[in-house]
Amino acid sequence: MAADIPVLRLEHITKRFGDVVANDDISLDVRQGEILALLGENGSGKTTLMNMISGIYYPDEGTIFAKGKQVEIASPRDAFALGIGMIYQHFKLVDVLTAAENIVLGLDDGRKLDLKKSARHIKEICLKYGFDIDPEKKIYDMSVSEKQTVEIVKVLYRGADLLILDEPTAVLTPQETDRLFNVLRNMKSDGKSVIIITHKLQEVLSISDRVAILRKGRYICDMDTKSANAQELTDAMVGRSVKLNIERPVPVNPKRRIVVKDLTVQGEEGVEKLKGVSFELRSGEILGVAGIAGNGQRELLEAIAGLQPVHSGEIKYVEDDGSEEELVGKDPLKIMEMGVSLAFVPEDRLGMGLVANMDLTDNMMLRSFRSGKSVFADRKQPHNLAEDVVDKLEVNTPSVSTIVRKLSGGNVQKVLVGREIAMAPTVLLTAYAVRGLDINSSYTIYDLINRQKKAGVAILYVGEDLDVLLELCDRILVLCGGQVSGIVDGRTTSKQEVGTLMTNLGGGIYAK
Amino acid sequence: MLDFFIRFIPRAVGQGIPLMFGSVGETLTEKSGNLNLGTAGIMYVGGICGVIGAFLYETGTETMNPFLGIAIPLFCCLLGSLLMGLLYCFLTVSLRANQNVTGLAMTTFGVGFGNFFGGSLIKLSGADVPSIALSKSSGFFAAKLPFAERLGWFGKIFLSYSFLAYAAIVIALAASYVINKTRVGLNLRAVGESPATADAAGIDVIRYKYAATCIGAMISGLGGLYYVFDYASGVWSNDAFGDRGWLAIALVIFTIWEPIHSIWASIAFGGLYILHMFIPAGTNLAIKEIYQMAPFLATIFMLILTSIHNKKENQPPASLGLSYFREDR
Repeated sequence: MAADIPVLRLEHITKRFGDVVANDDISLDVRQGEILALLGENGSGKTTLMNMISGIYYPDEGTIFAKGKQVEIASPRDAFALGIGMIYQHFKLVDVLTAAENIVLGLDDGRKLDLKKSARHIKEICLKYGFDIDPEKKIYDMSVSEKQTVEIVKVLYRGADLLILDEPTAVLTPQETDRLFNVLRNMKSDGKSVIIITHKLQEVLSISDRVAILRKGRYICDMDTKSANAQELTDAMVGRSVKLNIERPVPVNPKRRIVVKDLTVQGEEGVEKLKGVSFELRSGEILGVAGIAGNGQRELLEAIAGLQPVHSGEIKYVEDDGSEEELVGKDPLKIMEMGVSLAFVPEDRLGMGLVANMDLTDNMMLRSFRSGKSVFADRKQPHNLAEDVVDKLEVNTPSVSTIVRKLSGGNVQKVLVGREIAMAPTVLLTAYAVRGLDINSSYTIYDLINRQKKAGVAILYVGEDLDVLLELCDRILVLCGGQVSGIVDGRTTSKQEVGTLMTNLGGGIYAK
Repeated sequence: MLDFFIRFIPRAVGQGIPLMFGSVGETLTEKSGNLNLGTAGIMYVGGICGVIGAFLYETGTETMNPFLGIAIPLFCCLLGSLLMGLLYCFLTVSLRANQNVTGLAMTTFGVGFGNFFGGSLIKLSGADVPSIALSKSSGFFAAKLPFAERLGWFGKIFLSYSFLAYAAIVIALAASYVINKTRVGLNLRAVGESPATADAAGIDVIRYKYAATCIGAMISGLGGLYYVFDYASGVWSNDAFGDRGWLAIALVIFTIWEPIHSIWASIAFGGLYILHMFIPAGTNLAIKEIYQMAPFLATIFMLILTSIHNKKENQPPASLGLSYFREDR
């Protein structure tokens, strides 16, 4: 095949959902043996575009060419036949089946199902590109990174030579990300093409050969990664110049606010989710919490907020005058009234904190409906608060009576964080506040958090992106298997150090 | 003691076979993610359709051909159940109606349908009791292995049943094999667990849901046919089928969605269901209701047990009861 024929060419692709134009007249080439990064803000239509290539959606207008020939991709099966495989952001795997069963799912070679033979083939693929998976292992026993490996092997098993990865690194540790990138480089040298969607500019710059940028459903430009820099990419993506530095003011007059001692929390069946956790949270500082997802972050925040039964240990709230009060065993409502506010953004964003089918005003009321003496709830104040949040945080919504489910992810998060901040808390607990948000919205949230910090609020910030934790936090507490693996100074530590602490308790044998 | 078993086991089996058909059919259906609470109605429709076919053939001909005597009711039963299955699929899969509401409505409909035609046939036959007896057809269905009688207790316990009873066991074994060992079964399980995953893997979700539900409905329908022509000796009377449909659905949970377990479990349920007939004479008969509760208590116990153990494999298909639409966001 001539090298100059693109493996995939999109011409004038348009896709509408009702009145919303998700993709507007997009043309794009993917060359053989290249890694193409697709960059864009939330809602810029990256995933929609990729879904059309993989057969989940069907374009309203435009044509697709594969290896020079015009093709119709009406279903995922058609995409497989063309050698296109997509690894979705939310894994498409069946939990109760084994890796091998998931990989052969939907395939039919006309012969009897032979999982042993498939397992051998899977091992060959793993060997070739440098993965490691156990074909007999059930998906529900796997870590996130193992699941992702299964997804990748699944498309390779189908003979894909164009792989699309939708935000593959969002759930990985730095080490796992490095391993993934090595695999991608192996694929590239094997002549396969890769499209990768990511929000993280450092990753774009380190892995890709070329970057294509989408903004509001339109194709903006593409550039060679070698000649691009982070500032240039962000500006093209947002459409105006954006400041890329996160402020980190030195904490003013920090005082102990929350003291946690030997905290142990048990989950179902007596599994210890947190084990002997001790730390101090001070006013006017941001304490970051790093750790691989599911290592006790959620339990930690919930224990402080009173939502999680504590097995042993103590959590003390320290008043300005130095008097201490025990939070363990207190009612969550009481803890909230003391000024401890929890803004937890779960994976599905709407799970905890906001009610998807209620409008902005009603969601504000969730915090205030108990106030006032009358039998009837006061709607006026929440309404004003909603308008205030919309105004100050530039929430993009038709009105405050729009139901929250209809807002885009970034706006939903602004509403949640805005409401918690409006409570004028003394302690703000946030988890994954920028999960899935694009750069612009993320910086708005960082800015909000920093303003609270300057006002003397003690902030516990659970985050996923290590680069951000390193730039934003004064100190970073690293959790590993529910234990404190280390508390490091955010100004002097390195990504490598935190990453090692995340995977090995106390840094393991690699420490120091 | 052996004497008791010789009397008890064949009756338990006779009682259990309709449940076996019903639960195997429903398990197959649920594996595709369709919670068909219409099974009770489908079994009812399967029964009455068989009765209609047999009635027309018995009254329409002088000399009955044994082959047609079986084939006609069998065909009518399968057709009636298939149509019920198709209706359920059309409503829940194509139109994405709520599965619980649709299923309950279909049970009400199926029972009403059965009672309406049952009542009409009783009128037509001019019987003076509120039932209709199709003894000739029943004779064909209930034919037993000729050498069973000669083998003593062994023959009575294991060989004294009609062909539909053995068919039920074969179907249960086959369903178990297909679900657990074949490509089709793997795909079907994926559809029931996560239709979006199955779809992305190139499986035609809609086709699998339709096929599994319709085949499941036909298997369930055979339970109604067996009940009328074998267990009840060809006598149809309205509402006699009772709560066996619900018992079949309870069995699906009891067998943790494994058709192979349905073979012993449905016979055990059948035994529990008729245990009250064997309580010593003189006991207050009101106690029989408590005996009839036994299968449901066993199901509740099983639910508690599987919830405590919380093993992923023993849970219902993850997307059971949910409808699927690819472009849903």
